[in-house]
Amino acid sequence: MTENVPNRSEIEVPIEETKGETVVKTEPPKPVKKQVDRRSFFSWMGLAWLSFTAATLGMAAAIGRFFFPNVLFEPPLTFKAGYPEDYIIGAVDERFKESFGVWLVRNSEGIFALSTVCTHLGCTPNWLGAEAKFKCPCHGSGFYKTGINFEGPAPRPLERYMISYAEDGQILVDKNRKFQYEKGQWKDPDSFLKV
Amino acid sequence: MADENLEKGSTTEAPEAAPKKKKKSVWKQLAESQVAKSYFRTGIPKTRRSRLLVVLNSLWLHLHPARTRRHAVRLRYTWCMGGLSFFLFMVLTVTGILLMFYYRPTVEYAYMDIVDLREQVPLGIMRELHRWAAHLMVITVWLHMFRVFMTGSYKPPREFNWGVGVILLVLTLLLSFTGYLLPWDQLAIWAVTVGTNMARATPFLGHEGPGASLLQIGGISLVHAGNDVRFALLGGRFVGEATLLRFYVLHCVALPFVVIILMALHFFRIRKDGNISGPV
Repeated sequence: MTENVPNRSEIEVPIEETKGETVVKTEPPKPVKKQVDRRSFFSWMGLAWLSFTAATLGMAAAIGRFFFPNVLFEPPLTFKAGYPEDYIIGAVDERFKESFGVWLVRNSEGIFALSTVCTHLGCTPNWLGAEAKFKCPCHGSGFYKTGINFEGPAPRPLERYMISYAEDGQILVDKNRKFQYEKGQWKDPDSFLKV
Repeated sequence: MADENLEKGSTTEAPEAAPKKKKKSVWKQLAESQVAKSYFRTGIPKTRRSRLLVVLNSLWLHLHPARTRRHAVRLRYTWCMGGLSFFLFMVLTVTGILLMFYYRPTVEYAYMDIVDLREQVPLGIMRELHRWAAHLMVITVWLHMFRVFMTGSYKPPREFNWGVGVILLVLTLLLSFTGYLLPWDQLAIWAVTVGTNMARATPFLGHEGPGASLLQIGGISLVHAGNDVRFALLGGRFVGEATLLRFYVLHCVALPFVVIILMALHFFRIRKDGNISGPV
């Protein structure tokens, strides 16, 4: 009995438990580690792989979201463009071309907002006052002051944006809504500001 | 019951022959398609040999030994510090690449881009992940070196790999140091100013270093503040726009490039010099 004592302390079995058992049963403790049986191995591995996959998918989703910034350093899609008196009848106003990509054109009836995006491949045309046309430097598309295309590869007229009065009486241009001539949308009252 | 099924499935593969008589199952057809075969060249591993071939024929798996001795994976011996360092390096690579999508290394934008990364870009913890992983990697690399020293793993035939490891340690510290400047806040600028001042004292190459005063022709010193090693490091006489760009390129491209090559060599030599933590 006494020679077993150091062995017992090794396997850390409470002595009280083994007391009742016979001497034969207190086998010399092997340095045995707890055997993992097949079933629990597979269930633990299954759990581990499941959580690993879940964590990976979660991280992938979070990284996907990372590419969609919450703050944009772009001009807003709506802007106030001053008062109708600021615009000369018959002139193409270029003051918002750089900042918002919009020409404001006033004729005898009112004002409309033309998109500065060429309908061919998306370059920005120039307003040539002497020739009274928009001319695209990329492939030579030409548009009248109204935005109707008449030369070059552009397949359709320039688009117009929604234009209205803000509460303070200024012109309000909203680029969220666009109006296409070929769809008959230029007849929409929102596409033209009567002055 | 379940154990029996598992036993069957893994060793004897008895039900394998049965479906052949009938129409081939969809799974079978997929497994025998050219696409599947081009991916899994050795088929479903059924024997010890084919299991070995799976490892040998895969770019990713062949980096590992086909078999590992039980004692080699004992955590108490290796602490897994080399593996953890590599894991952290991968974390740093992924988070670093992601940060590069928003960070611009110019005096005008750098600091505000860092603030934006924290305040408005989704996953604002990304930069912190990069920073924490960097701190951790410095710690794990040191501990790795300490363990290798304490277990005598630097002895022949592993002495070459010890040398590679020392270079990797220095490169880790340099990566840490170059990354320090990129936030471009006061801490970064002055820390790098102080840090690079040490380069002044480089023998012969730094203008305040020993021997530099000897290098002169006719009273005109050849090494001065405008052409010494510190000047080359900073791209100027003080930490400025050129330094930021220089450290950015070092941090994101040049140093990782060298580190990856040396790590490949390091891992290769571990395999060739008797594998991990085994007596040679």
